[in-house]
Formats: sequence, structure tokens, C-alpha cells
Amino acid sequence: MKRRSKLLGRIGVLAVHCVLMAGALVMVMPMLWMLATAFKPAPEIALWPPVFLPVAPTFDNFTGAFETAPFGRFFLNSLFIAGVGTLSVIVTSLVAGTVFAKYRFPGRGLLFGMVIATAIVPFEAYMIPLYLQLVQIEWINTYQGIILPYLFMAFGIFLMRQHVGSAIPGELMEAARVDGAGEWWIMARVIAPLSGNALAAVGIFSFIQGWGIFIWPLLIANDQMLFNMELGLTAFQFRFSADTGKLMAGSVVSTAPMLVVFLLLRRRIIENMALTGIK
Amino acid sequence: MTAARRFLTKRRVLLFCYIALAPVLALFLYVRVIPIGFGVWLSFHKWNLLSPAKPFVGLQNYELLMQDENFHLALYNTTLYSFSTVILSTAIALPLAVFLARRSRLSAFYQTIYFLPVITPMVPVSIAWKWIYDYNYGILNYGLGLVGIKSVAWLSDPDTALWALVIMGVWKVLGYNMVLFLVGIRNIPAMYLEAASLDGANAWQRFWRVTFPLLRPILLYVLVTSTINAYNVFTQVYVMTLGSQAAPGQAVRMLVFDIYTNGFQFFRFGYAAAEAVTLTLIVLGLTVIQFSLARNDPTREK
Repeated sequence: MKRRSKLLGRIGVLAVHCVLMAGALVMVMPMLWMLATAFKPAPEIALWPPVFLPVAPTFDNFTGAFETAPFGRFFLNSLFIAGVGTLSVIVTSLVAGTVFAKYRFPGRGLLFGMVIATAIVPFEAYMIPLYLQLVQIEWINTYQGIILPYLFMAFGIFLMRQHVGSAIPGELMEAARVDGAGEWWIMARVIAPLSGNALAAVGIFSFIQGWGIFIWPLLIANDQMLFNMELGLTAFQFRFSADTGKLMAGSVVSTAPMLVVFLLLRRRIIENMALTGIK
Repeated sequence: MTAARRFLTKRRVLLFCYIALAPVLALFLYVRVIPIGFGVWLSFHKWNLLSPAKPFVGLQNYELLMQDENFHLALYNTTLYSFSTVILSTAIALPLAVFLARRSRLSAFYQTIYFLPVITPMVPVSIAWKWIYDYNYGILNYGLGLVGIKSVAWLSDPDTALWALVIMGVWKVLGYNMVLFLVGIRNIPAMYLEAASLDGANAWQRFWRVTFPLLRPILLYVLVTSTINAYNVFTQVYVMTLGSQAAPGQAVRMLVFDIYTNGFQFFRFGYAAAEAVTLTLIVLGLTVIQFSLARNDPTREK
């Protein structure tokens, strides 16, 4: 009796693993299919029934895509936009998070409450008025206009406030003050070095977010030279939608940096994403 | 002397606070607070980019919106999409998290795989899915053909286009919800489950009587965030309605897409702003409903 239930339990676990494996296959399938297609010559792409792995793998789709559209430029633009945004988010989160966590001043609760309360209003809801504001200051079709909304992150401020508030003892700051240190020095030399993990988490999220932005560049960048990968891909898709191979090659190029970041920092990303709830 | 010095230090620190916060708050004001307020103001005006006169029209934009068939369709589609995506992704993520809660090498492997879609950018992923859904060469139809199901024109058939988006939406968000549930499950003290075991509860009862009630706050968080995100669906709609073999615009017309069209194709900014305000109110309303449902739960402890 006992042995039988143990056996049943084993079979149950095995069945669960089969389901999980099948699920895992479904999860990676789109990426693998995209990757496989990107390396296929045109006749293989139109093969029916489809062959999963390329029979005669080729780089032609990649070279072809980069010749047809300035994907190199798009890629650097993505890197630049995400990079500048990330640097700024790290600095603003550190400064604002520290001030909100460790200093008392009139208006503190109100200001912090405002930062958090407006965080749940989705960007899509106020992108049109923001667009009109940038028309007024003539920032449409400029890098600074594209980057502007991504220079700070409410969740980054929130996360740094939590971290600095709980992980950095006030006595440490007081001791530095007694030694004659100024507040900026304390922030740069005491708080920042002790916040490496939290700042890295904020930076990673900011970079992932900045790499994937789409609707805002779609509104504000008209000049192809300003397109990021995402926008460049849709423009390419619009003009060459039948050229599946090149389209997949471009998609692979756009996905690859995120996959590299993810596989390198897997544990930290999953854990931090769960703890902070940042998207 | 010391009192005067302390006063000076205090003033210096206060000054530091405001100076340090000034750039961030100025940015925040310009990029978020002002646009939100400006958007509400816009929604009460007839604000067309092409005409110089921008008169105050009161609630007219909202009245027109209520009679606009495109808006009705977009609201219906978005709601159907959101509820389906949120319910399906939660229903799959929760049991998944329960199975993966035990730490093992395989568990870490599964987590990585299931989380992969969360961090991949939306545009390439949408392009890949569009290729999967392709009527003639799509791998999905090939797979269905193997088990004897006739090919479906997933995207170009208005009956299936929305569901094709739902499937992709679930695929994209599943890993995120799974990770949130995992954290919640791991935070449940082991002694609760052990106590239930000693009382003779089987695995099924332990889940429904112990794990599930304690997961309620996380469940609420998952529902709220994924509903907000789902209502703002745009990128995949944009990509999948573009080019050949695309989804028919009306079948997958969603709210943000409709806002985008009104604003940036017809330049009716006041009207689009009214639609955006309505979207915000819907999302906030749903959030409030979800919170009050959680609060009124009779099994909740005081």
C-alpha cells in the first residue's frame, strides 16, 4: 500500500516534469524559431513542410539587413538612449532616494507621495500632452526629446529610499559629519559605495526598459537617423514585410543584447524583479 | 555659540535637501505632473493641430467618445484582451510557482526559461510571433496539421486575431507573474504547512487552506499590475497590423492604438486626450475594485 502510493507519487512528479518541459519548449520556441529562420537562405524559409534547423546556414540575412537599412545606426541609437537613461536613473535614484530616506525637511511626505502616486498613471495616458510640450520647446525629432521621459524612474527612487533607509545606519553619516564631511561627500563616499547592489538593480531595469521603448520614439522620432532598434525594425517590416529572413535577422540583433544581459545576470534580475515589482 | 552653529548646520542641511531634489523634481514636474494636468485640460478643448483656434468645448469630447463606434470596439477588444490575458496568465503562473517553489537545480532552470520572454523586447518578439502565426508558412499551423487540425489564418481571420494576441500576451507575462508568486510562496513560514500536515491535510487541502489565503496580497498585486499593463497593450498590435498577412485593424483595435490613431493620424489631440483620460479612469477604477474585493474578503484576518 505504502509502496504503491510512493510509486504513484513518483509517476506524478514525472508527469509534472513532462508538462513543465513541454511548457519550457513553448516558451523558448518563438526565440529559437526566430534564430533558426534568420540563418536560413530564402528557399528554405518558404519550404513546406518547414525544416526547423537551417540546412545550409548563411549570414546573408544579416549582411542583407544591414545593407538595406542602417541597422548599425539603429543599434547604436538604442545603446545610446538606454545608456544615457540608465546613467541618469542611477544618479537621480541615488540622490532622491537618499534625501527622502535620511533627511527631514518640510514637504518631504507630500513630495514623495506625489512621486509614488503618479507612478501608476500609465505613460500612454499622458504621452500626447507631453508630445505637445516638446513641440513647444522644439525637441521633437531630437535625442534629448526621446530620452527625456526616461531620465528618472519613480520605482528607482522608491527602491533606493527603501534600501538607504534600511541598510545604511544614520550613525555612519553622523560620524562623517563630525569629521567635517559635507552632505554631497557623504552621499558619494559613504552611501553610494554601500548601495552597489541596489544601484545595479535599478540600472539593469532602466537599461532593459530603455532598450525596449517603442511608442514614445514612434511619436517623436521622424528622422530615420534617430530610430532605435525597435522603431527601425517596424519601419523595415513596413517596407520589406515579405523579406522574412532579413526581418528575423534584425529581430535577432535587437533581442541578443537583452538575452546576454539576462543570461549573465539571471539570478539578480529574477530576484530583484520579484522584490521590487518593477516592469 | 553652539546653538547658533547648530542653527547654521540645520539651515545648511535643509538647503542641501532642496538643492539635491530640485533637478529631479523639476524633471518629474515637467515630464509627468504637468502632462497629466495638461492632458485633462486638453480633453475639455477642441485641440486640432491643424487649426489655430482651440476653443473650450466642455464635455463635448467625452460625449462624442461615448457615441464613437471605434471607441466602443476598442474598449470591448481591450477589455476582452485584458481579462483573458490576466486570468490565463495568473491561472497558469500560480500552479507553476507551486511546483517550482522547492529549490532545486531543475527549478532554477525552469525559472530561467519561463522568465526569458519577460525581458525580451516587444517588437522583435511580435515579429517572431507574426511569423509563427503565418497562414502559409507558420510553424503553428504546421504543428496543428500534424495532429490533423486544419490551418487557421490566425491573424487575418477577425475571429482569431484577438486570441492570437492573447496567447502571445500570456506567453510574455507568464514568467513575471510566476516569479512574484514564487517569492510569496517562499515567504510562507514552513511551520504553517507542517502544522497542516500534522493535522492530516493532504497537498490539495494545504494549498487551498494555507498557501492560497496567505498569497492573497501577492495575488492582488499580480492582478492589479497585469491588468494595468494589459489595458495599455500597443506595440504588438502595431506590429501585427502592419504589412502583409497582418491582422485586420478593426479586429484587434485596442484603446491605446485608437488614441494613437486619433492623435497622430487625425491630429485630434483634444479628442485623443479625452480618450486617454477615460483609459486612465478605467484602469484606476479596476484597481480600486480589485483592492476593495480583497478587503471585503471574509477569510481575511484582522
